[in-house]
Amino acid sequence: MNKFATFWFLLLSCVFAPDAAVLPLPGSYSGEFADSVVSIGEVSVVGKKEHVIIKPQSLSGAELERLNSLSVADALRYFSGVQIKDYGGIGGIKTVNIRSMGTNHVGVFYNGMQLGNAQNGQVDLGRYSLDNVEAISLYNGQKSDIFQSAKDFSSSSAIYITTKQPRFKSGERFHFTGQFRTGSFGLVNPSVLWEYKLADKVYFSANAEYTNANGRYRFRYKRLQLDGSVAYDTTAVRKNGDVEAFRAEASLYGFVPDGKWSINGYFYTSDRGIPGAIVNNVFRHGERQWDKAAFGQGAFVKKFSDLYEIKISGKFAWDYSNFLRDDPKELYLNNHYYQQKVYLSAANLFNIAEWWKISASVDGQMNKMNADLVDFAYPVRWTELVSVATSFDFEKISFQANLLGTFIQENTRSRKIYTASPNRRELSPAVFFSYRPFGNGEFSINGFFKRIFRMPTFNDLYYTEIGNANLRPEKTCQYDLGVTYDKEFSHPFFDAVSLKIDGYYNEVTDKIIAYPTGQQFRWTMLNLGKVRIGGSDVTAHLAAHVKNAKFGLNLQYTYQKACDYTDREDTFYGDQIPYTPLHSGSVSFFSGWRGWELGYCFIYTGERYNEQENTRYNYEQPWYTHDMSLSKIFRVKSCDLKITGELNNIFNQAYEVIHNYPMPGRNFKVSLKVML
Amino acid sequence: MKHKLLPIVGIIVILITACREDEVLVDIEETVVTAPEFTDIDGFYLLNEGNMGNNKSTLDYFDYKEGTYYKNIYAERNPTVVKELGDVGNDLLIYGSKLYAVINCSHKVEVMNASDATRITKIDIPNCRYIVGDKGYVYVSSYVAPVQIDPTAPKGAVFKVDTLSMKIVGNVEVGYQPEEMTIIGNRLYVANSGGYRVPDYDNTISVIDLDEFRLCDVIVLDKSANFERLDHDGYGRLWLSSRGDYYGDINSDLYVVDPKGKQIVKDMHIPVSDMWVDWDYAYIISAEWSYTTGKTTVSYAKVDMLTMEVLDRNIIKDGTDGKIKIPYGIAVNPITKDFYVTDAKSYVVSGTLYCFGSDGVMKWKKTAGQIPAHFAFKGILKNGK
Repeated sequence: MNKFATFWFLLLSCVFAPDAAVLPLPGSYSGEFADSVVSIGEVSVVGKKEHVIIKPQSLSGAELERLNSLSVADALRYFSGVQIKDYGGIGGIKTVNIRSMGTNHVGVFYNGMQLGNAQNGQVDLGRYSLDNVEAISLYNGQKSDIFQSAKDFSSSSAIYITTKQPRFKSGERFHFTGQFRTGSFGLVNPSVLWEYKLADKVYFSANAEYTNANGRYRFRYKRLQLDGSVAYDTTAVRKNGDVEAFRAEASLYGFVPDGKWSINGYFYTSDRGIPGAIVNNVFRHGERQWDKAAFGQGAFVKKFSDLYEIKISGKFAWDYSNFLRDDPKELYLNNHYYQQKVYLSAANLFNIAEWWKISASVDGQMNKMNADLVDFAYPVRWTELVSVATSFDFEKISFQANLLGTFIQENTRSRKIYTASPNRRELSPAVFFSYRPFGNGEFSINGFFKRIFRMPTFNDLYYTEIGNANLRPEKTCQYDLGVTYDKEFSHPFFDAVSLKIDGYYNEVTDKIIAYPTGQQFRWTMLNLGKVRIGGSDVTAHLAAHVKNAKFGLNLQYTYQKACDYTDREDTFYGDQIPYTPLHSGSVSFFSGWRGWELGYCFIYTGERYNEQENTRYNYEQPWYTHDMSLSKIFRVKSCDLKITGELNNIFNQAYEVIHNYPMPGRNFKVSLKVML
Repeated sequence: MKHKLLPIVGIIVILITACREDEVLVDIEETVVTAPEFTDIDGFYLLNEGNMGNNKSTLDYFDYKEGTYYKNIYAERNPTVVKELGDVGNDLLIYGSKLYAVINCSHKVEVMNASDATRITKIDIPNCRYIVGDKGYVYVSSYVAPVQIDPTAPKGAVFKVDTLSMKIVGNVEVGYQPEEMTIIGNRLYVANSGGYRVPDYDNTISVIDLDEFRLCDVIVLDKSANFERLDHDGYGRLWLSSRGDYYGDINSDLYVVDPKGKQIVKDMHIPVSDMWVDWDYAYIISAEWSYTTGKTTVSYAKVDMLTMEVLDRNIIKDGTDGKIKIPYGIAVNPITKDFYVTDAKSYVVSGTLYCFGSDGVMKWKKTAGQIPAHFAFKGILKNGK
């Protein structure tokens, strides 16, 4: 281990040593991409450039491409305050938890509209490929913009995924990008993107991707005896982790005077093995899952006058999932789940003065679920959201406040008497501010307060013999204060620096937890938990150049003290909650020179516990991986060719993110990309 | 500018100091919990189930002669076994000189020396649940029989294992999701639960002729369903528990069954989650959940099996029962009549083992593993008992 440490020390000394004394603050790499439909293409709908109250953490364009990431979940590892639950491999589930409030409190927005899963409230981000993604950004609290749907105000934190949107230089009519990736795990991953200018103000884009992987990889379990001799040391191959998936998307973008519209269609289908936990005597499981997901969404934005702008959006989503356990050792299970969602929203913005805006949004949503489970409840949920917000924007100070009203009604029908969850009405406030003492935007102090909740999922409420229809919403309360420093230079070596430091305190109350009912494997859901979280997120960036060579360094550090304060009688009262390290962080370094790009990433997750009690029986060691990538762009006539090679987990560390789910060791990927 | 480098320096320091180390097996925790006691019983093993998928089933040992509790002995005594004892320990038995641990989700029966819990071998039995021993064989109930007519609704089986060769020598298909077994003469009785066929629970006891090792009869009990515990008294009667349906249509209950007349001779009207038979007495604990009230009701009982009367509904006399959240396992020292109750608490934390004197007053308690549940006394067979 010391050799890694030494290596790191050397690497960092190389970067810092010569100029350590003059090294200013790292600065603004986050920034100028669009995370909503508001500012694409040649047409700018928004008038005056406003101050962003709290900048998100974001990754976009080339930066995103350099991260050796296949899925959105992989890329999110480079964000501060984020913990990923990764069950390993290409097909393994990957969910995110932001600032320890729980996965169900993260809103994931795809091209501006929320991806939902009313069944379990969790979005598997391992399924969202980075192939067609232009930008990912993470907002604590919410996107601090008031011209947005009521939904955008409705989660504790939010991730916005924006797909590539067509941009044509004058004279261009179409673009084509083809990519082929292959590598470890038997990966075969071709994709195509085709963009076409149908008319002067109407663009079309289509994207398709196929993924096939056998998901096999070696993993190793080694334990020592107390005297240091080897107890056991075994290496096996991860099985039943294969995945075959196909994704297709098509979009139309149009521009009208002072406005624009877009329509997206999405289709995904997959067939995967569920590799399962590796336990004594069981190194292979037989569960499989088939999924199909389709959605269509549209949005229209128009500025009618200097005073009034409107944004109308809507979505229809359909999801199907089939879980099959057909293993001679286990009891047979074959369940089918169907979900539907309809969503409509209208957001209105009133520009009362240069410095004063008011918005009002109304959203309506219907969620429905069917399943072939015994005594299933067949729930239907109606949600109405109303938000009012206002913002003040001055040279030195910006301020935003909003109030969200949520109204929920539910129905069920079943052979057994199922009471539906009672109607809910919730009012949720949020306040955001930013203060720029020097007026130039380089340094700012910002913060927010937000109270919000998440509804119990359909599984929490109605899962046969487990659900509890009387569950109350789970609430979060967030306080955040931070500083941001961004500066760009014209210096012979430094180009830009940025630094963002946030301190926060969160409380989760009425936390929904599974509670035993006194018989083996019988659980019910109760509003029992209480968690207090104090933490700090730090991100820093430095960009520099030497002649034609460019360098970039990103650092990210997360401190989280997230303790369970449910009941003084509990043995784990005051203990750190499961899978939450006190320290975690990442370092990524990039350099580019004449079409060559070299990237190096290091990710660190500190020690943590896999269950509530912080005892040695539940202890998980820290893990860290070193990844590297090298790419070169060639120009062949009118087309660009890019070849990339990636090597991940270079030191072949055998680690687990989730207890008994071994992660892959050293693995590689190569890709060839053609751009016309 | 220097102070602004602090976070960066901080990260470097953390990276250097907080490295991953080689993982070492979790060793035995040894605690003196009480004064030594010298009887023919040397000690007892306690099997902690551990939650599914966690691979945290552990084995503890209490030594009477030392008054010492040894927590988590398996890993240190068997360092070469990959991934230790396994996933979800479901039953424990000392038969002859061997200790058998049925590890449900590791699909195996772990066979160890009863003297020190070192491994002799393991026997692969899919989805194994409970174990009994008789005349040189052990019988293991399993949720899945090897050959299925309808694989989507698999029936269970009882496997017969020769304790000399440690090989499976036969299996018999029984009802749905069989649980405990008991032997009277040359008959093996199996309680079938059908617990995974909600709401179509099984309501039968399968009867196996041990001479020919074949299914010879099925006892159908119409009034009840979802059976779990099964034992017998000295008068040829079966004592059978039902888990109930958790909705109040069928309550958790204890029945006395006449295996010859194939009917319930008495409904005891007491809920049961675990039962230990000592001589003519059955010691009972219960933590019954109801979906209608959303509550768990905890109760205790001692039953006279000769008269078939409930003797006591309050076997813990010193108020300790108020501290026990979910009583999960019970055992009685056959000589001193001290009895042991485990508390599984919230199932996902370390449980507690309580020792009570025969007067129902707590003698000592000790933190055990996750879901402490199944007991086996060592030394009892020396007197031929």
